[in-house]
Amino acid sequence: MMSNIDFKEWFISNYKTFEKSLNGEKTTSFHQIRKEALSKFSEMNLPTTKDEEWKYTNISPIIKHNFSVIPHKADLSTEEVNNFLFDKLEHHLLVFVNGEFRNDLSRLNDLPSSVEVGSLSDAIKKNHPALMKHFGKYAEDSHNLFTALNSAYTKDGAFVFVPKGKIVEEPIHIIFINKTTQDKFVTQPRNLFIAEDNSKVTVIEHYTSIGDGVYLNNTVTEMFVGENANLDHIKLQEESKKSFHISRMEVDQERSSNFSSHLISTGAEFSRNEFTTRFNGEGGESMLNGLFMIDDEQFFDAHTMIDHAKPYCNSYEHYKGILQDKARGVFNGKVMVRPDAQKTNAFQENNSILLSDDAVMNSKPQLEIFADDVKCSHGATVGKLDEEAKFYLKTRGIGEEAATAMLIHAFASDVIKSIRIEALRDYLEEIISKRFNQ
Amino acid sequence: MLLEIKNLHARIEGNEILKGINLKVDAGEVHAIMGPNGSGKSTLASVLAGREEYEVTEGEIWYNGKNLLELSPEDRAREGVFLAFQYPVEIPGVSNTNLLKTAVNEIRKYRGEEELDAMEFLELLKEKSKLVELDQKFLSRSVNEGFSGGEKKRNEIFQMAVLNPKLAILDETDSGLDIDALRIVANGVNKLRSKDNAIIVVTHYQRLLNYIVPDYVHVLYQGKIVKSGGKELALELEEKGYDWVKNNKAEVTV
Repeated sequence: MMSNIDFKEWFISNYKTFEKSLNGEKTTSFHQIRKEALSKFSEMNLPTTKDEEWKYTNISPIIKHNFSVIPHKADLSTEEVNNFLFDKLEHHLLVFVNGEFRNDLSRLNDLPSSVEVGSLSDAIKKNHPALMKHFGKYAEDSHNLFTALNSAYTKDGAFVFVPKGKIVEEPIHIIFINKTTQDKFVTQPRNLFIAEDNSKVTVIEHYTSIGDGVYLNNTVTEMFVGENANLDHIKLQEESKKSFHISRMEVDQERSSNFSSHLISTGAEFSRNEFTTRFNGEGGESMLNGLFMIDDEQFFDAHTMIDHAKPYCNSYEHYKGILQDKARGVFNGKVMVRPDAQKTNAFQENNSILLSDDAVMNSKPQLEIFADDVKCSHGATVGKLDEEAKFYLKTRGIGEEAATAMLIHAFASDVIKSIRIEALRDYLEEIISKRFNQ
Repeated sequence: MLLEIKNLHARIEGNEILKGINLKVDAGEVHAIMGPNGSGKSTLASVLAGREEYEVTEGEIWYNGKNLLELSPEDRAREGVFLAFQYPVEIPGVSNTNLLKTAVNEIRKYRGEEELDAMEFLELLKEKSKLVELDQKFLSRSVNEGFSGGEKKRNEIFQMAVLNPKLAILDETDSGLDIDALRIVANGVNKLRSKDNAIIVVTHYQRLLNYIVPDYVHVLYQGKIVKSGGKELALELEEKGYDWVKNNKAEVTV
């Protein structure tokens, strides 16, 4: 067996292969952005557990692989896609297979005029003004090696543009399906969701796989929520247990904007979710909720940051984890209240349940407050299912499995209830039932 | 014989609490088990329900022809044993309706009966909630969460009414109740009394027995039943206090 090339070197030396796949696009001004990102990538070091932000997250299982930078084309039928849709949900659908937009599998219902929902590659080709305005502005390449890698290799992803005052009623369901065979590959979706002033839109970002091969999903999503705009974001991750997932989500919130998010995950082999929202104007509201359920030897890391840079903003964050077997979880949630940000309300909570003695959860809530007139609270709990409650249920005739499932449903219920889309709530209830009550 | 306890010894964390209990309960009977704090009343109730922390070191419990100690807590419940908790557990996120629906259907499944449909089940709840004057709005609330002491105890008897057990053990159901709540709970229990079921009332005080009149009264002291009699024994105890039992222990245990 050939010994593997260093992770960084691999991506640098394979860049020409990637450029070839761009079909002559490499002369455009956008390509300059890519090339600058590549040079930043080459200057940065791989994070290790000695870095505070990676203290509990060891990337060595990922970097030992050489992932093919051009994923193979995969055949996929509408029926296969339908498996990933939610019952009874009217929606717009964008499908990406192995990183590439598939127009044939996607469908858009009627959209309000000048709302654009499509692929980033199209937006790049068109030199879309909104793309040039927002791309790379929130998820900066500096200090983040994986973001720089994504930017350097940016080719496709979802592009949603909702201009001023437009309201998109039906959710936009974006599915990234990675279909694996023998070869290991990397996909690097790059998403940009723009909700301009007074607009409203719901986006479901859904990562999933067919087959249980090895791949790396290195994703970056930038979101802009304009003045008084409303963006409801759901990320659903349910990937192969041999896959790796590194994701960065960056949100920019303007004055009086409302951003709500749910990160729902049954994980991969390794998942790292970095999620930052930044208040760039007064009066913003933000909700970051999360629920992850992992088992076997899965590793899941939720790394969030809520940046109160402006006064009169409210944030609410609640992450919950359910860990079985030898699964390991990390929650690292930072709430930053800058000197300017008086009258901030920030609530943060992380609760985890360990269903086995071998499961491990590292929870690190952090508050950094530099203003004096604020209300902030945070807390974290790690525990087992309430044995007394379980016994109580059993004395009512409810068996071990059903009692466990009930208590897990109950544990997850407040996060699930905060999701506005009923079809998605049902879907999650079903996931829990399937996992815990067979 | 519905229940027969023979020479039951049980311990928790190495401490022997029950030291040879003998008790026979027939269908249609109400037995009161009284005793001072620490005498083993709640331990007996817990062992009957199958609480795992308690280790039975000696003796047998026969219930309806089955060896009760070989059954899991859920199977005991499915066979018709019900424990009304002294301290009912709060379960945020699980509604009363959901708990009862799951319980009723698990029990029916065990007995080879069809599951109740939604309408039949709601009818059942409606009918039984009247027994303990429980407002319908409690049904959708999380189990015991934020309930007052009296509401929790009423909820226990409501569950008992829905599950319709053959053998109900009421563990200090009167503790913490004011007189109105006590009357409501006792009325509920009395309406559930029948020739087919039996009730064991575990209590520290005689007060409850004014409302739920027992056929037999047993006095538990230091892990043994030291005195048994009719309902008048409770009154005698009330009058003379538990010291009477303690001081006479040597005499009565002969």
